[in-house]
Amino acid sequence: MAISKRKVRGAAPAATAEQSIEYYKTMLLIRRFEEKAGQLYGMGLINGFCHLYIGQEAVVVGMQAALKDGDSVITSYRDHGHMLACGMDAKGVMAELTGRAGGYSKGKGGSMHMFSREKHFYGGHGIVGAQVPLGTGLAFAHHYREDGGVCLCYLGDGAINQGQVYESFNMASLWKLPVVYVIENNKYAMGTSIERSSAGTELARRGAAYNVPGKQVDGMDVMAVRAAADEAVGHARRGDGPFILEMKTYRYRGHSMSDPAKYRTKEEVAKMREQHDPIDQLRKKMLEEGQTSEEVLKEIDRQVKGIVGEAADFAQSSPEPDAQELWTDILVEA
Amino acid sequence: MPIQILMPALSPTMTEGKLARWLKGEGDAVKSGEILAEIETDKATMEMEAVDEGTLGKILVPDGTEGVAVNTPIAVLLADGEGDEALQRVIERAVADTAPVAAKAPQASVQPAPAPATAPPTAAAEKVYAKTIRQTVREALRDAMAEEMRRDPAVFLMGEEVAQYQGAYKVSQGLLDEFGPKRVIDTPITEMGFTGLGVGAAYAGLKPIVEFMTFNFSMQAIDQIINSAAKTLYMGGGQLGSPIVFRGPNGAASRVGAQHSQCYASWFAHCPGLKVVAPYSAADAKGLLKAAIRDPNPVLVLENELLYGQSFEVPDDPDFVIPIGKAKIERSGSSVTITAFSRMVHLALEAAALLAKEGIEAEVINLRSLRPLDVETIVASVKKTNRIVSLEEGWPFAGIGAEIAAVMQEQAFDWLDAPVTRVTGKDVPMPYAANLERMALPQIDDVVAAAKAVCYR
Ligand SMILES: Cc1ncc(C[n+]2csc(CCOP(=O)(O)OP(=O)(O)O)c2C)c(N)n1
Ligand SMILES: [Mg+2]
Repeated sequence: MAISKRKVRGAAPAATAEQSIEYYKTMLLIRRFEEKAGQLYGMGLINGFCHLYIGQEAVVVGMQAALKDGDSVITSYRDHGHMLACGMDAKGVMAELTGRAGGYSKGKGGSMHMFSREKHFYGGHGIVGAQVPLGTGLAFAHHYREDGGVCLCYLGDGAINQGQVYESFNMASLWKLPVVYVIENNKYAMGTSIERSSAGTELARRGAAYNVPGKQVDGMDVMAVRAAADEAVGHARRGDGPFILEMKTYRYRGHSMSDPAKYRTKEEVAKMREQHDPIDQLRKKMLEEGQTSEEVLKEIDRQVKGIVGEAADFAQSSPEPDAQELWTDILVEA
Repeated sequence: MPIQILMPALSPTMTEGKLARWLKGEGDAVKSGEILAEIETDKATMEMEAVDEGTLGKILVPDGTEGVAVNTPIAVLLADGEGDEALQRVIERAVADTAPVAAKAPQASVQPAPAPATAPPTAAAEKVYAKTIRQTVREALRDAMAEEMRRDPAVFLMGEEVAQYQGAYKVSQGLLDEFGPKRVIDTPITEMGFTGLGVGAAYAGLKPIVEFMTFNFSMQAIDQIINSAAKTLYMGGGQLGSPIVFRGPNGAASRVGAQHSQCYASWFAHCPGLKVVAPYSAADAKGLLKAAIRDPNPVLVLENELLYGQSFEVPDDPDFVIPIGKAKIERSGSSVTITAFSRMVHLALEAAALLAKEGIEAEVINLRSLRPLDVETIVASVKKTNRIVSLEEGWPFAGIGAEIAAVMQEQAFDWLDAPVTRVTGKDVPMPYAANLERMALPQIDDVVAAAKAVCYR
């Protein structure tokens, strides 16, 4: 969705029925994709680290709605949802998870490391916090080229404590770089709750010392996310510098596939699922407001199932990378 | 069609697990997402969710069964309206399936090495301990820390998830309970910060053990390790040093990709002012970690995730310490010397067993310590065998093998009958794909081939 330069302040206009349905579809796609990835992991077809995005779908979908073609996105290892929201092909993502030649990185990257120049998705990074200066650099390039682009740089509530995050805030503010730092505060960094890792838990304020404005957002409500995204992206695009959005969100699954998540209660998880689920909330809202019907939603379910099924089939039938690939892509031939 | 429910893989390194408890019984209705059973992996007890809907027709693997291989059928799920006959068909198929699945040996498992033909010489004047206990590497590391923390109140442990979570890889299990939050400290994810803080505390006389969740993340903190920990004694003319231990898993785990699979041995071994050890067995782990904690210098202890669950005999004596700087001859032989450290010692021993069948007796040296390197033991071995193969998981360029090759030509040149040969990880970032990852890492066959080549066979 494109936004004009002017209409960014104040309440964003309500989403049209068409937009709501689009958000619903993308969130559902991410949910079903991740559930399938979890199943394939259990079958031994995906290995190593695999971090699922289930529960946090509204964040990437709402943020993406504020982007224009040419804007860039970068995130950590919990990246499947971001790629699908950027419009990357589910088949290529799933095949990367199974380590096959048809994957976005030809099977060489895996779950945590995928990229798409075409969709301006810059990864896919495994070192907590490292993507933050990198995203600041992508914004620097937009600024340098004066191409009007904005970078969305995602990070977690655990990553926020890395020193390089503050080095980035300072440079971005000093040089008025067009970057929106999206903190996905899902309350936990592995087994450590935000209260146990952070002396100040209001993460939206972490840029205050560098004059970076920040805002806390209900990250389980895709409409709230979209409104905040319009404001923050507008701010950055206008040349007013970086903006921080703290998304209050939640991951339903363990940190990665091997985490039993014993550091939180079942009730806590159940409460989020039952009362704040981003997909259920939107579904209910659309039906109440007469934006859609059960039949339409059923049809979307069917379509999404089809896309995910096809991706899973492709991820299993695509061959392993050719042995020669071991030795390619180390340096660019000069 | 009834659906077979298979034993799931619940962690990157899981090849088998214990079926701790069924939460659903035969005849119970099952909805997708419901918890079916609890499964114990080497790290944790995990809940297994149902993927499909139906009725639990038959439980094939009962509560409490240990060692159930991944992908073994453990139960049969019936769809609506399916009866006994369908069930029977599937059970027969499942039973037939089980055998080959279970027999497929997990590639990553490390068996205790076959006993060498001749007893290993106590080359480094190894003290012999009468009493030993069988322990995993994980337990040995934990016991080493616990014993040293009991012995010296200045020792404390700090790192991500070391306390309440009991360690990301469960190495610090129980330490919070025994020593409390003052001495077992969960840090935020701020490696540069807590490493520097640890070094500062060491300047002031405390003895920190800094755990890196894996050594990949020590790269965030390498400046503090080199510039602040390694050089201060020298820069200050000997006034203050840094009695600190940096430890955690190093090297490739399994299918975790380029940013999480790397051997840092040669990076740290390069630097004067540091000591670097890399244990293989549980005894190595315990003895070397205890020595590292007692050492008044910065010591890096490079562990290996794939070894954490492996069991070995460990001397049962509170004063068991392995001196830093001494290698261990794991297997004596006269045909060729093979040096290795950490998990690669296992490969070297396996290769030696295969070579023995062809009449080549390899002497396997477990380096244990990379800086200082036990040159004396290596040279003595080469004077006997006249050939040497260096094995490591890391990259070849400026690696540990490169150093060994240089030292051999300086100190054993006249005894060499063949070029010093290296078996290393391939000179590429670690790929994720299963086939490429296998190619990127040294395999037993590579070691056998290299040993034969230097024996001109
Ligand atoms: C520098 C670094 N330190 C530690 C790790 C191990 N690690 C991976 S994810 C993670 C937790 C991060 O939590 P958060 O930033 O909240 O993101 P979330 O997983 O919740 O999305 C840790 C400690 C790492 N990958 N990189
Ligand atoms: Mg988090």
